[in-house]
Amino acid sequence: MQIVKMVVTGPFAAGKTQFIRSISEIDVVATEAKISRPEERIKEETTVAMDFGRITVDDDLVLYLFGTPGQRRFEFMWEILSEGMLGFVVVVDSTRPETFREARLILDTFRTYAPTPYVVAANKQDMEDAWSPEDLRIALRIDPAVKVLPCVATDKESVKNVLLELLYSILETMDGEGE
Amino acid sequence: MALKGNLQDFSATQLLHLINLARKTGTLAVETPQDQARFCFREGKLIYASLDGQDDRLVSILQRAGKITEELARTIRARSDIKDDRELGVLLSNAGYVTQKDILDSVRNYVLEVVYKLFTWPEGTFRFEPNVLPVEGRITVSIDLENVIMEGSRRLREWERLQEELPNLDMALRFTDRPDARLRTINLTVEEWRVVSFINPRNTIRQIAQYNHMSDFQIRRIVYGLLQAGLVELVPPEGAEVKPPPGVPAPVGVPPIQRRPAVKRSIVQRLIDRIREL
Repeated sequence: MQIVKMVVTGPFAAGKTQFIRSISEIDVVATEAKISRPEERIKEETTVAMDFGRITVDDDLVLYLFGTPGQRRFEFMWEILSEGMLGFVVVVDSTRPETFREARLILDTFRTYAPTPYVVAANKQDMEDAWSPEDLRIALRIDPAVKVLPCVATDKESVKNVLLELLYSILETMDGEGE
Repeated sequence: MALKGNLQDFSATQLLHLINLARKTGTLAVETPQDQARFCFREGKLIYASLDGQDDRLVSILQRAGKITEELARTIRARSDIKDDRELGVLLSNAGYVTQKDILDSVRNYVLEVVYKLFTWPEGTFRFEPNVLPVEGRITVSIDLENVIMEGSRRLREWERLQEELPNLDMALRFTDRPDARLRTINLTVEEWRVVSFINPRNTIRQIAQYNHMSDFQIRRIVYGLLQAGLVELVPPEGAEVKPPPGVPAPVGVPPIQRRPAVKRSIVQRLIDRIREL
């Protein structure tokens, strides 16, 4: 059986766990812990170890989605997670510009781990004060060749679209490299 | 006169107890069908240990302990003028790469790891050579044997239990289909994480251990924990020989392991088709 891995990363409370939960065929293994830092009290629990979800294609092929811990103190796990990934999604909470700098740092860090394709998911686009994907692109200084996609992590169709766009980008990269 | 014997007749615990009580100075060489190790003592205290087949130079000890990067280790090994571990320790410490504490802790942990292995060897021959001390230039520590004997005995009991629970390291692991709800409160250590990142029916537990420089004891303990937590299950390994990705050399003597699947265009297309169907 071939196992393919994708990583879902992004700042704290950006919606990574929800993103995986919306598409995974199994109960997402979320390893959450109570918040300890005051600035992280935006949600009651945060991911400290990992989330993972699964999409089975057939008996021979399975896609695993790994979510990274959002806090920088768990950064040591990012590199471990990034090993062998086919591509990655950077989930950004479009309503919280205070996290954009962190998103950029995470994106840069992951790019140094592996030169794999990635897309940016501009999450919470259903909220009134969400920044548009194009504004996010500018704010995060995203290369024009990289897709910044509207996303609502609670909506399965929206998550599907992000993953499909990432897979299209992977195909394009393969075509460019002659596989 | 050398002290000779067999671990079946005179166990590791008894042997260390004797060395401790008699405040012996010298080197104990132990040989089993699989392993060879040397332990050096000064006045009954353990000061050095080395395992045959494992590089015991400071540069390798620090690299395995994660105190220096692979790149720095490579640079050091390429410099033929640094032969002495003490000299290297001073250089690294002065250059700010590591602290003196890092060096001593790493050597101490390495020595302990080797000596704890001794407790898990049920058979083998030993020979104690009085007044023979470690190779010149090695950094030594001073470890009381009482604690070593206590911890070694505890590990032996744990080892026996783990051997019983997880007898075959040539099995592979896969994530369970329906993880238990208890997992929501689990925290993984860095070492557990390293194991988790290699879980794949193509990789045997032994390969995962070798790639992560883990002892049999360490890997058994971690896998046992993951099994108990319901996170993974044992499966027979898939037969296909796998290779590390380009640019990631497998360590010498370690069978190849899959760190990155060789993904073809057709695989990506199948993923696309499946996600469209969801």
